[in-house]
Amino acid sequence: MTSSPQTVELGELALDGGAVLPSLQVAFETYGELSPQRDNAVLVCHALTMDQYAASRHPVTGKPGWWTRMIGPGRSLDPQRHFIICANVLGSCMGTTGPKSLHEDGRPWGLRFPVITIADMVRAQAKLLDHLGIDRLCAAIGGSMGGMQVLQWASLYPDRVERAVAIATAARHSAQNIAFHEVGRQAIMADPAWAGGDYYGGPAPAAGLSVARMAAHITYMSEQGLTEKFGRRLQDREAISFGFDADFQVESYLRHQGSSFTDRFDANSYLYITRAMDYFDLAERHGGVLGEAFRGSGTRFCVISFNTDWLYPTSESRRVVHALNSVRAPVSFVELSSPYGHDAFLLESPDLYRIVDGFLSGTPS
Amino acid sequence: MSLRPDLAVIADNVPEGSSVFDIGCGDGALMAELVSRRGVDARGLELDADNVAAAVAKGLSVVQGNADTDLDTYPAGSFDYAILSQTLQTTWRPDLILKDLMRLGSHAFVSFPNFAHWRIRTSLLLGGRMPVTRLLPARWYDTPNIHHLTIDDFRALVDDLGFRIEKSWFLSGGHRTGGRLANLMAEHAVFLLGR
Repeated sequence: MTSSPQTVELGELALDGGAVLPSLQVAFETYGELSPQRDNAVLVCHALTMDQYAASRHPVTGKPGWWTRMIGPGRSLDPQRHFIICANVLGSCMGTTGPKSLHEDGRPWGLRFPVITIADMVRAQAKLLDHLGIDRLCAAIGGSMGGMQVLQWASLYPDRVERAVAIATAARHSAQNIAFHEVGRQAIMADPAWAGGDYYGGPAPAAGLSVARMAAHITYMSEQGLTEKFGRRLQDREAISFGFDADFQVESYLRHQGSSFTDRFDANSYLYITRAMDYFDLAERHGGVLGEAFRGSGTRFCVISFNTDWLYPTSESRRVVHALNSVRAPVSFVELSSPYGHDAFLLESPDLYRIVDGFLSGTPS
Repeated sequence: MSLRPDLAVIADNVPEGSSVFDIGCGDGALMAELVSRRGVDARGLELDADNVAAAVAKGLSVVQGNADTDLDTYPAGSFDYAILSQTLQTTWRPDLILKDLMRLGSHAFVSFPNFAHWRIRTSLLLGGRMPVTRLLPARWYDTPNIHHLTIDDFRALVDDLGFRIEKSWFLSGGHRTGGRLANLMAEHAVFLLGR
């Protein structure tokens, strides 16, 4: 689909950790036209390893956008009706300022880059909307870490979000979520090529990043999905090899997922973004009471989970819904059935599109 | 689209601009009517995912959940009216549900099929088996209606719980029927409860 890729310089950004980023750059794609009333803007928030290429061909992999099922003519997010914006998150590596970007001294930030939060990502997006002259979003939508940003948006800028769609997500990272991320970070940092984060100009810590991706990828799939896709089937062989080659299809698949990921993602970005997710707990600044994060909000919420998602299970979505109920915020919630686990939000799901479509086009009560 | 008769009674009696909570709201037919016709702030709770999807697609705020377990996540006095239509007889503890209704709303509309209707009585009396009728077509072992009740049962329960019946409507074949013989003549009842 035709997009308008852009990068803008947005000045200083004060961060939750206390540091001030001297110059924030944000790379983003847009689809459709902003209406004269400026009331049709939809912000699409992307997940950990995604980017702004939600519905346009990826410049590195050449693959179509990651949410072409959701965004496109005749789809729930329709460029003929909506002005759709997707920006690369702060800390990432596809054009928005992150550890790979150049510091004022002309060298990459590396580990000198300040640790960021989900709220910092959202503040960076708010600066982008200011730049685009958009006061109020008709909707913010995202899955996984994208859903965290959506919830953070509604909490931080309730007047700027008319509708919030949070899919396959949570309002906090659980011990299990943090644990899996820590495995990934340790894999990266154990790679000698990581070199304390100062590897730019030399070989990247591809082996470590690849293992991190493999571990994470398991959490994106359900046991049923893995079993259906691979079972105990062997990879291009008749019998087990009595060695450590990728005998099983599932091993070969994970290795491929891991190595292809390293072509398009920066290892330090992986450290920073997973850290931001681990630090995420929307209730923390509200005395531990999640509902308080949404009190007085005029935003309408739609929360959607998938029954086989064990990374951000339905119970976490329900926690968000109960918090919204407790402050009488208008909320819709549904748990959809899918065999695919967490990844379901990216895969074909007619129920998901029907609900999002209805939620976005329905007249507010 | 015309509403089910008991829902039509409720729709006619919810004051304009009030806030309602429709528990077991189905596909949101009543909520949609209340929103469009009476400018009501409506929220719904529904067990079935397909129904929730249909309701959300109408632009309604509906949460997938279970009346037996999820009502306590809503704060007391959240709504002017709590609505429970054709659902009381399907819950595990109708008495606790009624208490929750009156905790959430200052008033409650409750509608249910009357198991003391003369046709059901005759069927049980003459047939000697659990009645299967046009209005209650399920058999005893596959019915969602696990707590059948009569109009007089309901009146007694409301009394025991210390609530007040402010108004009642009795329906037979979609038409209003008399109050005095309601427990015999009515297929459906709608009650408005207050404190």
